Amino acid sequence: MNAVEAIKLVESEFTADKNFPTFIAGDTVNVYYKIKEGAKERIQQYQGVVLQRRNAGISSTFTVRKMSNGVGVERIFPLFSPNIDKIELVSRGKVRRARLFYLRELTGKKARVKERRG
Amino acid sequence: MSGLIGKKVGMTSIYDKNGKNVACTIIEAGPCVVTQVKTTEKDGYTAVQLAFGDRKEKNTPAAQIGIFKKANTTPKRKLVEFKGFLQTLELGQTISVDLFAEGEFVDVVGTSKGKGFQGVVKRHGFSGVGMQTHGQHNRLRAPGSLGASSDPSRVFKGMRMAGRTGGDRVKKTNLEILKIVKDQNLLVIKGSIPGSKGSIVFIEK
Repeated sequence: MNAVEAIKLVESEFTADKNFPTFIAGDTVNVYYKIKEGAKERIQQYQGVVLQRRNAGISSTFTVRKMSNGVGVERIFPLFSPNIDKIELVSRGKVRRARLFYLRELTGKKARVKERRG
Repeated sequence: MSGLIGKKVGMTSIYDKNGKNVACTIIEAGPCVVTQVKTTEKDGYTAVQLAFGDRKEKNTPAAQIGIFKKANTTPKRKLVEFKGFLQTLELGQTISVDLFAEGEFVDVVGTSKGKGFQGVVKRHGFSGVGMQTHGQHNRLRAPGSLGASSDPSRVFKGMRMAGRTGGDRVKKTNLEILKIVKDQNLLVIKGSIPGSKGSIVFIEK
């Protein structure tokens, strides 16, 4: 067993059997995130536009932006975190780049992402 | 102190129970063969010699081939003595990663990466001059004064100066074992350990 295989084997406990939909920057997703409050555990939903995906094996992350009471909020989720219950693909977006940081400067109607069909 | 010989495989990260991302090192630990059991009567001290890694017989020193023959095993790459093993071992016995348990704390000994000839800022953590202006010219990473002048009229022994850095035996203590993959002899240890990928390390508990 070589080094790459060994590292993949250790990571596979977390990366295998994850049925996430394939999503890219521009898509709107709904993330179900487990939150522990003392002994209790509840699930919080967070819906927004994916600004970017950072693919880096087990430490892959994705950034989701949404407007909350007129304030822009961005959250970076670790893709393979055990706290992510599920990810729902709400709609696909038609964008021309992989990192949508230009959305930060836009508000209102201009901040919309066109929907991609088919 | 019980221990095993292993090989550093590389680093990655895993998630702990709280979903926190933890950096970890993967070590291929063992299986090790007991090649010599040293006793007080015969050798003057007690220890156990372990062997790890495969080596061709033609690359093995003739003096060592006898050791491996006595232990009834194939030639190995690395031989290390461990003093004060917790369990009693016999010649030719194989020790695997079963020696450790998840959640246990171990020490890892390795040889740090060689850095070559380095200045005092990298080698000893000096802070340098700390200024680029106010008349500084080429003294940014200089060590400063080496001591007083006419008394003692010399530089004290052990004064920290520039020189060869790295390549030393380094022991990192109290590292948590996060995970054990028994069928592949892999140990997943929290944090980093000394040395480059593929280098030999000793895991002690």
